Amino acid sequence: MTNKTDITKTNNTDKIEGINKRSIKQKLAEYKKKPMSFLMLILVYLSAAITVLSIGFLLVYVLIKGIPSITPELFSWEYNSDNCSMLPALINTVLMTLLSLVIAGPIGIFAAVYLVEYAKKGNRLVGIVRITAETLTGIPSIVYGLFGALFFVTALNLKLSLISGALTLSIMVLPVIMRTTEEALLAVPDSYREGSFGLGAGKLRTVFKIVLPSAVPGILSGVILAVGRIVGETAALIYTAGSVAKVPSNLLSSTRTLSVHMYLLSKEGFHTNQTYATAVILLILVVIINFASDKIAKKLAADSINCNR
Amino acid sequence: MQKFKEVFMHLVFLLAAFVSIAAVALICIFLFANGVPAMKEVGFFKFMTGEVWRPGNDLYGILPFILGSIYVTAGALVIGVPIGLLTAVFLAKFCPAWLYKIIKPFINLMAGIPSVIYGFFGMCVLVPLVRQIFGVNGNTMLTASVLLGMMILPTIISVSETAIRAVPDKYYQGALALGATHERSVFRTVVPAAKSGIMAGIILGVGRAIGETMAVIMVAGNQPRVPEGLLKGVRTMTANIVIEMGYATDLHREMLVATGVVLFVFILIINLLFSILKRKTVA
Repeated sequence: MTNKTDITKTNNTDKIEGINKRSIKQKLAEYKKKPMSFLMLILVYLSAAITVLSIGFLLVYVLIKGIPSITPELFSWEYNSDNCSMLPALINTVLMTLLSLVIAGPIGIFAAVYLVEYAKKGNRLVGIVRITAETLTGIPSIVYGLFGALFFVTALNLKLSLISGALTLSIMVLPVIMRTTEEALLAVPDSYREGSFGLGAGKLRTVFKIVLPSAVPGILSGVILAVGRIVGETAALIYTAGSVAKVPSNLLSSTRTLSVHMYLLSKEGFHTNQTYATAVILLILVVIINFASDKIAKKLAADSINCNR
Repeated sequence: MQKFKEVFMHLVFLLAAFVSIAAVALICIFLFANGVPAMKEVGFFKFMTGEVWRPGNDLYGILPFILGSIYVTAGALVIGVPIGLLTAVFLAKFCPAWLYKIIKPFINLMAGIPSVIYGFFGMCVLVPLVRQIFGVNGNTMLTASVLLGMMILPTIISVSETAIRAVPDKYYQGALALGATHERSVFRTVVPAAKSGIMAGIILGVGRAIGETMAVIMVAGNQPRVPEGLLKGVRTMTANIVIEMGYATDLHREMLVATGVVLFVFILIINLLFSILKRKTVA
Protein backbone atom coordinates (compact mmCIF):
# COMPACT_ATOMS: atom_id res chain seq x y z
CA MET A 1 0.00 0.00 0.00
CA THR A 2 2.70 2.44 0.94
CA ASN A 3 4.51 1.45 -2.18
CA LYS A 4 1.59 2.51 -4.35
CA THR A 5 1.31 5.98 -2.88
CA ASP A 6 5.03 6.41 -3.40
CA ILE A 7 4.67 5.79 -7.10
CA THR A 8 1.87 8.30 -7.55
CA LYS A 9 3.86 10.85 -5.59
CA THR A 10 6.92 10.50 -7.84
CA ASN A 11 4.71 10.66 -10.91
CA ASN A 12 3.26 13.93 -9.76
CA THR A 13 6.62 15.55 -9.27
CA ASP A 14 8.09 14.06 -12.44
CA LYS A 15 5.51 15.42 -14.79
CA ILE A 16 4.19 18.94 -14.55
CA GLU A 17 0.67 19.02 -15.84
CA GLY A 18 -0.67 22.08 -17.57
CA ILE A 19 -3.51 23.71 -15.68
CA ASN A 20 -4.23 26.44 -18.21
CA LYS A 21 -6.24 24.23 -20.57
CA ARG A 22 -7.87 26.38 -23.24
CA SER A 23 -11.05 25.57 -25.09
CA ILE A 24 -11.18 25.63 -28.88
CA LYS A 25 -13.22 28.80 -28.72
CA GLN A 26 -10.52 30.56 -26.71
CA LYS A 27 -7.88 29.34 -29.15
CA LEU A 28 -9.84 30.66 -32.11
CA ALA A 29 -10.22 34.03 -30.43
CA GLU A 30 -6.48 34.12 -29.88
CA TYR A 31 -5.77 33.24 -33.49
CA LYS A 32 -8.11 36.02 -34.60
CA LYS A 33 -5.76 38.47 -32.92
CA LYS A 34 -2.69 36.78 -34.40
CA PRO A 35 -3.50 35.84 -37.99
CA MET A 36 0.16 35.09 -38.80
CA SER A 37 0.24 32.38 -36.17
CA PHE A 38 -2.87 30.85 -37.65
CA LEU A 39 -1.30 30.93 -41.11
CA MET A 40 1.82 29.17 -39.83
CA LEU A 41 -0.34 26.57 -38.12
CA ILE A 42 -2.13 25.85 -41.39
CA LEU A 43 1.13 25.72 -43.35
CA VAL A 44 2.68 23.29 -40.87
CA TYR A 45 -0.28 20.95 -41.04
CA LEU A 46 -0.46 21.30 -44.82
CA SER A 47 3.21 20.38 -45.26
CA ALA A 48 2.92 17.37 -43.01
CA ALA A 49 -0.15 16.30 -44.97
CA ILE A 50 1.67 16.70 -48.29
CA THR A 51 4.61 14.61 -47.05
CA VAL A 52 2.43 11.83 -45.72
CA LEU A 53 0.09 11.86 -48.72
CA SER A 54 2.91 11.75 -51.25
CA ILE A 55 4.55 8.71 -49.68
CA GLY A 56 1.16 7.12 -49.06
CA PHE A 57 0.09 7.73 -52.64
CA LEU A 58 3.31 6.22 -53.99
CA LEU A 59 2.93 3.08 -51.88
CA VAL A 60 -0.76 2.59 -52.59
CA TYR A 61 -0.38 3.33 -56.31
CA VAL A 62 2.46 0.86 -56.80
CA LEU A 63 0.69 -1.82 -54.74
CA ILE A 64 -2.67 -1.43 -56.49
CA LYS A 65 -1.13 -1.48 -59.95
CA GLY A 66 1.38 -4.18 -59.16
CA ILE A 67 -0.30 -6.83 -57.04
CA PRO A 68 -2.82 -7.93 -59.72
CA SER A 69 0.07 -8.24 -62.19
CA ILE A 70 2.00 -10.72 -60.08
CA THR A 71 1.69 -14.01 -61.93
CA PRO A 72 3.45 -17.36 -61.52
CA GLU A 73 5.04 -16.68 -64.91
CA LEU A 74 7.09 -13.90 -63.36
CA PHE A 75 8.83 -16.48 -61.23
CA SER A 76 9.74 -18.98 -63.90
CA TRP A 77 13.26 -20.31 -63.83
CA GLU A 78 14.43 -18.89 -67.18
CA TYR A 79 14.10 -15.28 -68.22
CA ASN A 80 12.92 -14.44 -71.72
CA SER A 81 11.40 -11.31 -73.19
CA ASP A 82 7.90 -12.86 -73.07
CA ASN A 83 7.65 -13.83 -69.43
CA CYS A 84 9.96 -11.11 -68.00
CA SER A 85 10.76 -13.48 -65.16
CA MET A 86 12.29 -11.77 -62.18
CA LEU A 87 13.44 -14.96 -60.47
CA PRO A 88 17.00 -14.90 -61.86
CA ALA A 89 17.28 -11.23 -60.87
CA LEU A 90 15.95 -12.05 -57.41
CA ILE A 91 18.53 -14.82 -56.95
CA ASN A 92 21.25 -12.51 -58.26
CA THR A 93 20.20 -9.88 -55.73
CA VAL A 94 20.60 -12.37 -52.90
CA LEU A 95 23.99 -13.51 -54.21
CA MET A 96 25.17 -9.93 -54.74
CA THR A 97 24.07 -8.98 -51.23
CA LEU A 98 25.78 -11.96 -49.60
CA LEU A 99 29.00 -11.46 -51.54
CA SER A 100 29.16 -7.73 -50.78
CA LEU A 101 28.54 -8.41 -47.09
CA VAL A 102 31.19 -11.13 -46.99
CA ILE A 103 33.68 -8.55 -48.27
CA ALA A 104 32.52 -5.38 -46.50
CA GLY A 105 31.36 -6.99 -43.23
CA PRO A 106 34.68 -8.20 -41.79
CA ILE A 107 36.58 -5.14 -43.08
CA GLY A 108 34.05 -2.72 -41.63
CA ILE A 109 33.82 -4.52 -38.30
CA PHE A 110 37.60 -4.95 -37.97
CA ALA A 111 38.19 -1.31 -38.85
CA ALA A 112 35.72 -0.27 -36.16
CA VAL A 113 37.45 -2.59 -33.66
CA TYR A 114 40.73 -0.88 -34.44
CA LEU A 115 39.24 2.59 -34.03
CA VAL A 116 37.51 1.83 -30.73
CA GLU A 117 39.63 -0.85 -29.03
CA TYR A 118 43.17 -0.43 -30.32
CA ALA A 119 43.76 3.16 -31.37
CA LYS A 120 45.20 5.27 -28.57
CA LYS A 121 43.67 8.60 -27.63
CA GLY A 122 44.75 11.38 -29.95
CA ASN A 123 45.73 8.92 -32.69
CA ARG A 124 45.90 10.87 -35.95
CA LEU A 125 44.75 7.87 -37.95
CA VAL A 126 41.33 7.81 -36.26
CA GLY A 127 40.50 11.30 -37.48
CA ILE A 128 41.63 10.53 -41.01
CA VAL A 129 39.63 7.30 -41.16
CA ARG A 130 36.53 9.15 -39.94
CA ILE A 131 36.92 11.85 -42.58
CA THR A 132 37.38 9.31 -45.37
CA ALA A 133 34.37 7.34 -44.15
CA GLU A 134 32.31 10.53 -44.18
CA THR A 135 33.52 11.26 -47.70
CA LEU A 136 32.60 7.76 -48.85
CA THR A 137 29.10 8.20 -47.40
CA GLY A 138 28.51 11.31 -49.47
CA ILE A 139 29.74 10.00 -52.82
CA PRO A 140 26.78 9.36 -55.15
CA SER A 141 26.32 5.85 -56.47
CA ILE A 142 27.03 6.77 -60.08
CA VAL A 143 30.54 7.84 -59.09
CA TYR A 144 31.02 4.43 -57.46
CA GLY A 145 29.75 2.88 -60.67
CA LEU A 146 32.21 4.90 -62.72
CA PHE A 147 35.08 3.99 -60.40
CA GLY A 148 34.08 0.31 -60.45
CA ALA A 149 33.99 0.35 -64.23
CA LEU A 150 37.46 1.93 -64.39
CA PHE A 151 39.12 -0.06 -61.60
CA PHE A 152 37.53 -3.47 -61.15
CA VAL A 153 36.14 -3.99 -64.64
CA THR A 154 38.96 -2.51 -66.72
CA ALA A 155 42.13 -2.16 -64.66
CA LEU A 156 41.82 -5.45 -62.75
CA ASN A 157 40.21 -7.01 -65.81
CA LEU A 158 37.37 -8.64 -63.89
CA LYS A 159 34.95 -7.75 -66.72
CA LEU A 160 31.26 -7.04 -66.12
CA SER A 161 30.71 -9.59 -63.40
CA LEU A 162 29.18 -10.53 -60.08
CA ILE A 163 32.49 -9.95 -58.34
CA SER A 164 33.08 -6.49 -59.88
CA GLY A 165 29.62 -5.43 -58.76
CA ALA A 166 30.08 -6.87 -55.29
CA LEU A 167 33.46 -5.19 -54.80
CA THR A 168 32.04 -1.83 -55.90
CA LEU A 169 29.06 -2.19 -53.57
CA SER A 170 31.23 -3.28 -50.66
CA ILE A 171 33.18 -0.01 -50.84
CA MET A 172 29.85 1.79 -50.95
CA VAL A 173 28.43 0.13 -47.82
CA LEU A 174 31.72 -0.03 -45.91
CA PRO A 175 31.20 3.31 -44.09
CA VAL A 176 27.66 2.29 -43.05
CA ILE A 177 28.88 -0.91 -41.40
CA MET A 178 31.93 0.81 -39.94
CA ARG A 179 30.03 3.66 -38.33
CA THR A 180 27.24 1.55 -36.79
CA THR A 181 29.77 -0.97 -35.47
CA GLU A 182 31.82 1.84 -33.98
CA GLU A 183 28.76 3.18 -32.17
CA ALA A 184 27.84 -0.29 -30.97
CA LEU A 185 31.35 -0.90 -29.61
CA LEU A 186 31.42 2.47 -27.86
CA ALA A 187 28.15 1.56 -26.15
CA VAL A 188 29.70 -1.53 -24.54
CA PRO A 189 30.45 -0.52 -20.92
CA ASP A 190 34.12 -0.42 -19.94
CA SER A 191 33.41 -2.65 -16.95
CA TYR A 192 32.98 -5.59 -19.36
CA ARG A 193 36.49 -5.07 -20.68
CA GLU A 194 37.96 -4.54 -17.22
CA GLY A 195 36.25 -7.68 -15.96
CA SER A 196 37.67 -9.69 -18.80
CA PHE A 197 41.18 -8.31 -18.31
CA GLY A 198 40.87 -8.90 -14.59
CA LEU A 199 40.17 -12.58 -15.22
CA GLY A 200 43.39 -12.78 -17.18
CA ALA A 201 42.11 -12.67 -20.74
CA GLY A 202 44.25 -11.00 -23.38
CA LYS A 203 43.20 -8.10 -25.55
CA LEU A 204 42.25 -10.28 -28.52
CA ARG A 205 40.22 -12.68 -26.41
CA THR A 206 38.43 -9.78 -24.76
CA VAL A 207 37.51 -8.31 -28.13
CA PHE A 208 36.19 -11.52 -29.64
CA LYS A 209 34.59 -13.13 -26.59
CA ILE A 210 33.29 -10.16 -24.65
CA VAL A 211 33.09 -6.91 -26.61
CA LEU A 212 31.94 -8.08 -30.03
CA PRO A 213 29.23 -10.48 -28.76
CA SER A 214 27.65 -7.76 -26.64
CA ALA A 215 27.72 -5.38 -29.63
CA VAL A 216 25.99 -7.81 -31.98
CA PRO A 217 22.55 -6.11 -32.16
CA GLY A 218 24.11 -2.76 -33.08
CA ILE A 219 26.33 -4.34 -35.71
CA LEU A 220 23.35 -6.25 -37.06
CA SER A 221 21.25 -3.13 -37.54
CA GLY A 222 24.13 -1.60 -39.50
CA VAL A 223 24.43 -4.69 -41.66
CA ILE A 224 20.72 -4.60 -42.38
CA LEU A 225 20.99 -0.94 -43.39
CA ALA A 226 23.76 -1.99 -45.76
CA VAL A 227 21.53 -4.73 -47.20
CA GLY A 228 18.88 -2.10 -47.89
CA ARG A 229 21.33 0.02 -49.84
CA ILE A 230 22.58 -2.97 -51.84
CA VAL A 231 19.09 -4.16 -52.74
CA GLY A 232 18.02 -0.71 -53.93
CA GLU A 233 21.18 0.09 -55.86
CA THR A 234 21.07 0.55 -59.63
CA ALA A 235 23.48 3.20 -60.86
CA ALA A 236 26.57 1.60 -59.34
CA LEU A 237 25.76 -1.79 -60.86
CA ILE A 238 24.82 -1.16 -64.49
CA TYR A 239 28.43 -0.74 -65.63
CA THR A 240 30.05 -3.03 -63.10
CA ALA A 241 27.81 -6.12 -62.90
CA GLY A 242 26.18 -5.78 -66.30
CA SER A 243 22.68 -6.85 -67.21
CA VAL A 244 22.56 -10.55 -68.07
CA ALA A 245 19.33 -11.97 -66.68
CA LYS A 246 20.59 -15.41 -65.76
CA VAL A 247 21.60 -17.11 -62.55
CA PRO A 248 25.40 -16.72 -62.64
CA SER A 249 27.50 -19.84 -63.11
CA ASN A 250 30.54 -18.36 -61.38
CA LEU A 251 31.93 -15.17 -59.86
CA LEU A 252 32.98 -13.82 -63.23
CA SER A 253 29.61 -14.06 -64.97
CA SER A 254 27.60 -10.93 -65.58
CA THR A 255 24.38 -10.52 -63.58
CA ARG A 256 21.51 -8.13 -63.06
CA THR A 257 19.95 -7.48 -59.67
CA LEU A 258 16.27 -6.78 -59.12
CA SER A 259 16.67 -2.99 -59.21
CA VAL A 260 18.67 -3.09 -62.44
CA HIS A 261 16.11 -5.52 -63.83
CA MET A 262 13.34 -3.09 -63.00
CA TYR A 263 15.19 -0.18 -64.57
CA LEU A 264 15.82 -2.11 -67.79
CA LEU A 265 12.20 -3.27 -67.95
CA SER A 266 10.89 0.25 -67.52
CA LYS A 267 13.36 1.55 -70.12
CA GLU A 268 12.15 -0.98 -72.69
CA GLY A 269 8.66 0.26 -71.95
CA PHE A 270 6.82 -2.77 -73.36
CA HIS A 271 6.02 -4.52 -70.11
CA THR A 272 4.46 -1.95 -67.83
CA ASN A 273 2.45 -4.48 -65.81
CA GLN A 274 5.44 -6.70 -65.21
CA THR A 275 7.42 -3.64 -64.14
CA TYR A 276 4.75 -2.78 -61.57
CA ALA A 277 4.88 -6.33 -60.27
CA THR A 278 8.67 -6.12 -59.98
CA ALA A 279 8.29 -2.82 -58.15
CA VAL A 280 5.95 -4.49 -55.64
CA ILE A 281 8.43 -7.27 -54.89
CA LEU A 282 11.26 -4.75 -54.54
CA LEU A 283 9.11 -2.58 -52.30
CA ILE A 284 8.17 -5.53 -50.09
CA LEU A 285 11.85 -6.42 -49.71
CA VAL A 286 12.70 -2.86 -48.72
CA VAL A 287 9.81 -2.66 -46.24
CA ILE A 288 10.90 -5.91 -44.58
CA ILE A 289 14.51 -4.73 -44.38
CA ASN A 290 13.46 -1.36 -42.97
CA PHE A 291 11.17 -2.96 -40.43
CA ALA A 292 13.85 -5.40 -39.27
CA SER A 293 16.46 -2.68 -38.80
CA ASP A 294 13.96 -0.49 -36.94
CA LYS A 295 12.96 -3.36 -34.67
CA ILE A 296 16.55 -4.21 -33.78
CA ALA A 297 17.42 -0.57 -33.14
CA LYS A 298 14.41 -0.23 -30.81
CA LYS A 299 15.29 -3.41 -28.95
CA LEU A 300 18.82 -2.09 -28.60
CA ALA A 301 17.58 1.18 -27.13
CA ALA A 302 15.35 -0.67 -24.65
CA ASP A 303 18.20 -2.99 -23.63
CA SER A 304 20.60 -0.15 -23.00
CA ILE A 305 18.05 1.56 -20.75
CA ASN A 306 17.70 -1.67 -18.79
CA CYS A 307 21.47 -1.91 -18.49
CA ASN A 308 21.78 1.58 -17.12
CA ARG A 309 19.22 0.88 -14.43
CA MET B 1 52.35 -18.23 -30.03
CA GLN B 2 49.71 -16.27 -28.19
CA LYS B 3 51.83 -13.16 -28.49
CA PHE B 4 52.16 -13.71 -32.22
CA LYS B 5 48.39 -14.04 -32.59
CA GLU B 6 47.84 -10.78 -30.71
CA VAL B 7 50.30 -8.86 -32.87
CA PHE B 8 49.02 -10.45 -36.05
CA MET B 9 45.38 -9.56 -35.34
CA HIS B 10 46.40 -6.06 -34.30
CA LEU B 11 47.90 -5.69 -37.75
CA VAL B 12 44.76 -7.11 -39.39
CA PHE B 13 42.59 -4.57 -37.57
CA LEU B 14 44.97 -1.78 -38.56
CA LEU B 15 44.87 -2.89 -42.18
CA ALA B 16 41.07 -2.95 -42.15
CA ALA B 17 41.10 0.63 -40.86
CA PHE B 18 43.30 1.59 -43.78
CA VAL B 19 40.86 0.17 -46.35
CA SER B 20 38.55 3.17 -46.31
CA ILE B 21 41.53 5.52 -46.75
CA ALA B 22 42.78 3.37 -49.61
CA ALA B 23 39.31 3.35 -51.17
CA VAL B 24 39.04 7.14 -51.18
CA ALA B 25 42.59 7.42 -52.54
CA LEU B 26 41.90 4.89 -55.29
CA ILE B 27 38.65 6.57 -56.29
CA CYS B 28 40.41 9.94 -56.55
CA ILE B 29 43.39 8.53 -58.43
CA PHE B 30 41.37 6.56 -60.96
CA LEU B 31 38.82 9.27 -61.64
CA PHE B 32 41.40 12.04 -61.98
CA ALA B 33 43.91 9.93 -63.92
CA ASN B 34 41.27 9.02 -66.47
CA GLY B 35 39.42 12.30 -66.59
CA VAL B 36 42.00 15.05 -66.28
CA PRO B 37 44.18 14.18 -69.33
CA ALA B 38 41.04 14.10 -71.47
CA MET B 39 40.03 17.48 -70.11
CA LYS B 40 43.43 18.82 -71.11
CA GLU B 41 43.10 17.36 -74.57
CA VAL B 42 39.86 19.21 -75.19
CA GLY B 43 40.91 22.24 -73.18
CA PHE B 44 39.68 22.71 -69.64
CA PHE B 45 37.95 26.00 -70.38
CA LYS B 46 36.31 24.71 -73.53
CA PHE B 47 35.17 21.63 -71.66
CA MET B 48 33.63 23.48 -68.73
CA THR B 49 31.99 26.30 -70.69
CA GLY B 50 31.28 24.66 -74.04
CA GLU B 51 27.59 24.69 -74.82
CA VAL B 52 27.59 21.91 -77.39
CA TRP B 53 27.91 18.23 -76.59
CA ARG B 54 28.22 16.29 -79.83
CA PRO B 55 30.59 13.32 -79.37
CA GLY B 56 30.20 12.40 -83.06
CA ASN B 57 31.89 15.69 -84.01
CA ASP B 58 34.32 15.63 -81.10
CA LEU B 59 32.56 18.54 -79.44
CA TYR B 60 32.56 18.10 -75.70
CA GLY B 61 31.07 20.97 -73.71
CA ILE B 62 29.43 20.00 -70.43
CA LEU B 63 27.98 23.38 -69.49
CA PRO B 64 24.46 22.15 -70.39
CA PHE B 65 24.77 19.30 -67.90
CA ILE B 66 26.30 21.41 -65.14
CA LEU B 67 23.45 23.88 -65.55
CA GLY B 68 20.99 20.99 -65.78
CA SER B 69 22.19 19.55 -62.47
CA ILE B 70 22.12 22.97 -60.79
CA TYR B 71 18.66 23.90 -62.06
CA VAL B 72 17.10 20.55 -61.20
CA THR B 73 18.67 20.62 -57.74
CA ALA B 74 17.48 24.20 -57.18
CA GLY B 75 13.99 23.16 -58.25
CA ALA B 76 14.08 20.23 -55.86
CA LEU B 77 15.10 22.59 -53.03
CA VAL B 78 12.29 25.03 -53.81
CA ILE B 79 9.85 22.17 -53.33
CA GLY B 80 11.61 20.04 -50.76
CA VAL B 81 12.96 22.60 -48.28
CA PRO B 82 9.75 24.40 -47.21
CA ILE B 83 7.72 21.19 -47.07
CA GLY B 84 10.50 19.25 -45.37
CA LEU B 85 11.27 21.93 -42.82
CA LEU B 86 7.63 22.51 -41.91
CA THR B 87 7.07 18.76 -41.65
CA ALA B 88 10.06 18.54 -39.31
CA VAL B 89 8.55 21.33 -37.20
CA PHE B 90 5.27 19.44 -37.21
CA LEU B 91 6.93 16.23 -36.04
CA ALA B 92 8.94 17.94 -33.31
CA LYS B 93 6.46 20.50 -31.98
CA PHE B 94 2.91 19.90 -33.22
CA CYS B 95 2.48 16.16 -33.53
CA PRO B 96 0.71 14.16 -30.80
CA ALA B 97 2.69 11.11 -29.67
CA TRP B 98 0.29 8.54 -31.09
CA LEU B 99 0.41 10.13 -34.55
CA TYR B 100 4.19 10.40 -34.42
CA LYS B 101 4.45 6.64 -33.95
CA ILE B 102 2.53 6.18 -37.21
CA ILE B 103 4.14 8.87 -39.36
CA LYS B 104 7.79 8.44 -38.43
CA PRO B 105 8.18 4.88 -39.79
CA PHE B 106 6.71 6.04 -43.10
CA ILE B 107 9.25 8.82 -43.37
CA ASN B 108 12.04 6.37 -42.56
CA LEU B 109 10.66 4.07 -45.22
CA MET B 110 10.62 6.97 -47.68
CA ALA B 111 14.39 7.22 -47.27
CA GLY B 112 14.79 3.53 -47.97
CA ILE B 113 12.73 3.27 -51.16
CA PRO B 114 15.08 2.62 -54.10
CA SER B 115 15.43 5.40 -56.64
CA VAL B 116 14.21 3.19 -59.50
CA ILE B 117 10.85 2.95 -57.79
CA TYR B 118 10.68 6.74 -57.43
CA GLY B 119 11.70 7.02 -61.07
CA PHE B 120 9.07 4.59 -62.22
CA PHE B 121 6.44 6.33 -60.13
CA GLY B 122 7.48 9.63 -61.74
CA MET B 123 7.31 8.08 -65.18
CA CYS B 124 3.83 6.65 -64.67
CA VAL B 125 2.23 9.41 -62.57
CA LEU B 126 4.09 12.74 -62.72
CA VAL B 127 4.99 12.71 -66.42
CA PRO B 128 1.41 12.16 -67.63
CA LEU B 129 0.22 14.71 -65.06
CA VAL B 130 2.58 17.42 -66.34
CA ARG B 131 1.67 16.51 -69.90
CA GLN B 132 -2.03 16.97 -69.16
CA ILE B 133 -1.73 20.19 -67.19
CA PHE B 134 0.74 22.04 -69.40
CA GLY B 135 0.20 20.31 -72.73
CA VAL B 136 3.89 19.56 -73.21
CA ASN B 137 5.91 16.38 -73.59
CA GLY B 138 5.93 15.66 -69.85
CA ASN B 139 9.61 14.75 -69.51
CA THR B 140 10.62 18.16 -68.21
CA MET B 141 12.80 19.97 -65.72
CA LEU B 142 9.66 20.60 -63.65
CA THR B 143 8.87 16.87 -63.42
CA ALA B 144 12.42 16.05 -62.37
CA SER B 145 12.41 18.83 -59.78
CA VAL B 146 9.13 17.69 -58.23
CA LEU B 147 10.30 14.09 -58.07
CA LEU B 148 13.68 15.02 -56.60
CA GLY B 149 11.96 17.37 -54.15
CA MET B 150 9.99 14.38 -52.94
CA MET B 151 13.11 12.24 -52.72
CA ILE B 152 15.08 14.68 -50.57
CA LEU B 153 12.18 15.14 -48.12
CA PRO B 154 13.20 12.35 -45.71
CA THR B 155 16.80 13.62 -45.53
CA ILE B 156 15.76 17.19 -44.77
CA ILE B 157 13.03 16.09 -42.37
CA SER B 158 15.14 13.79 -40.21
CA VAL B 159 18.17 16.07 -39.93
CA SER B 160 16.03 19.16 -39.23
CA GLU B 161 13.88 17.29 -36.73
CA THR B 162 16.97 16.22 -34.79
CA ALA B 163 18.25 19.80 -34.84
CA ILE B 164 14.93 21.22 -33.64
CA ARG B 165 14.67 18.65 -30.84
CA ALA B 166 18.18 19.52 -29.70
CA VAL B 167 17.17 23.12 -28.89
CA PRO B 168 16.69 23.47 -25.12
CA ASP B 169 13.04 23.65 -24.15
CA LYS B 170 13.72 26.84 -22.19
CA TYR B 171 13.76 28.88 -25.40
CA TYR B 172 10.24 27.81 -26.22
CA GLN B 173 8.96 28.19 -22.68
CA GLY B 174 10.51 31.63 -22.36
CA ALA B 175 8.81 32.87 -25.52
CA LEU B 176 5.53 31.37 -24.37
CA ALA B 177 5.84 33.07 -20.99
CA LEU B 178 6.32 36.40 -22.73
CA GLY B 179 2.92 35.94 -24.30
CA ALA B 180 3.81 34.64 -27.74
CA THR B 181 1.55 32.07 -29.34
CA HIS B 182 2.70 28.48 -29.74
CA GLU B 183 3.50 29.05 -33.43
CA ARG B 184 5.35 32.30 -32.82
CA SER B 185 7.44 30.71 -30.08
CA VAL B 186 8.37 27.83 -32.36
CA PHE B 187 9.16 29.89 -35.47
CA ARG B 188 10.81 32.86 -33.78
CA THR B 189 12.90 31.12 -31.12
CA VAL B 190 13.25 27.36 -31.67
CA VAL B 191 13.70 27.29 -35.45
CA PRO B 192 16.27 30.11 -35.57
CA ALA B 193 18.22 28.39 -32.79
CA ALA B 194 18.30 25.20 -34.85
CA LYS B 195 19.47 27.11 -37.93
CA SER B 196 22.84 25.47 -38.48
CA GLY B 197 21.45 21.96 -38.03
CA ILE B 198 18.71 22.73 -40.52
CA MET B 199 21.28 24.12 -42.97
CA ALA B 200 23.25 20.87 -42.61
CA GLY B 201 20.10 18.95 -43.51
CA ILE B 202 19.53 21.12 -46.57
CA ILE B 203 23.11 20.65 -47.72
CA LEU B 204 22.77 16.91 -47.29
CA GLY B 205 19.63 17.17 -49.43
CA VAL B 206 21.58 19.08 -52.09
CA GLY B 207 24.15 16.28 -52.12
CA ARG B 208 21.45 13.69 -52.60
CA ALA B 209 19.69 15.67 -55.32
CA ILE B 210 22.80 16.44 -57.35
CA GLY B 211 24.00 12.83 -57.14
CA GLU B 212 20.67 11.23 -57.92
CA THR B 213 20.80 9.34 -61.18
CA MET B 214 18.19 6.76 -62.01
CA ALA B 215 15.08 8.69 -61.00
CA VAL B 216 16.21 11.75 -62.96
CA ILE B 217 16.97 9.78 -66.11
CA MET B 218 13.51 8.29 -66.10
CA VAL B 219 11.65 11.62 -66.02
CA ALA B 220 13.91 14.44 -67.25
CA GLY B 221 13.91 13.93 -71.02
CA ASN B 222 17.72 14.00 -71.21
CA GLN B 223 18.18 16.25 -74.25
CA PRO B 224 21.86 17.28 -74.42
CA ARG B 225 21.39 21.02 -74.78
CA VAL B 226 21.45 24.07 -72.57
CA PRO B 227 18.23 23.93 -70.52
CA GLU B 228 15.65 26.27 -72.00
CA GLY B 229 12.92 26.40 -69.43
CA LEU B 230 10.93 24.68 -66.76
CA LEU B 231 8.78 22.87 -69.28
CA LYS B 232 11.63 21.66 -71.47
CA GLY B 233 13.73 18.55 -71.15
CA VAL B 234 17.02 18.65 -69.32
CA ARG B 235 20.02 16.36 -68.86
CA THR B 236 22.07 16.27 -65.67
CA MET B 237 25.72 15.27 -65.25
CA THR B 238 24.73 11.96 -63.66
CA ALA B 239 22.31 11.18 -66.49
CA ASN B 240 24.96 11.98 -69.10
CA ILE B 241 27.28 9.37 -67.63
CA VAL B 242 24.71 6.58 -67.44
CA ILE B 243 23.15 7.22 -70.83
CA GLU B 244 26.34 7.28 -72.88
CA MET B 245 28.67 5.04 -70.90
CA GLY B 246 27.15 1.94 -72.51
CA TYR B 247 28.51 2.63 -75.99
CA ALA B 248 31.21 5.27 -75.48
CA THR B 249 34.80 4.50 -76.47
CA ASP B 250 38.19 6.26 -76.32
CA LEU B 251 38.00 10.04 -75.91
CA HIS B 252 34.22 10.00 -75.59
CA ARG B 253 34.49 7.56 -72.67
CA GLU B 254 37.19 9.64 -71.06
CA MET B 255 35.01 12.72 -71.38
CA LEU B 256 32.29 10.88 -69.48
CA VAL B 257 34.79 10.12 -66.74
CA ALA B 258 35.69 13.83 -66.81
CA THR B 259 31.98 14.57 -66.28
CA GLY B 260 32.21 12.26 -63.28
CA VAL B 261 35.24 14.20 -62.01
CA VAL B 262 33.30 17.47 -62.14
CA LEU B 263 30.41 15.83 -60.29
CA PHE B 264 32.86 14.40 -57.74
CA VAL B 265 34.38 17.83 -57.08
CA PHE B 266 30.88 19.29 -56.61
CA ILE B 267 30.13 16.54 -54.06
CA LEU B 268 33.43 17.06 -52.23
CA ILE B 269 32.64 20.76 -51.83
CA ILE B 270 29.15 19.94 -50.56
CA ASN B 271 30.59 17.37 -48.13
CA LEU B 272 33.08 19.89 -46.83
CA LEU B 273 30.31 22.45 -46.22
CA PHE B 274 28.28 19.79 -44.46
CA SER B 275 31.05 18.76 -42.09
CA ILE B 276 31.87 22.39 -41.27
CA LEU B 277 28.23 23.04 -40.41
CA LYS B 278 27.97 19.84 -38.42
CA ARG B 279 30.99 20.77 -36.35
CA LYS B 280 29.41 24.16 -35.73
CA THR B 281 26.22 22.49 -34.48
CA VAL B 282 28.11 20.30 -32.05
CA ALA B 283 30.06 23.26 -30.68
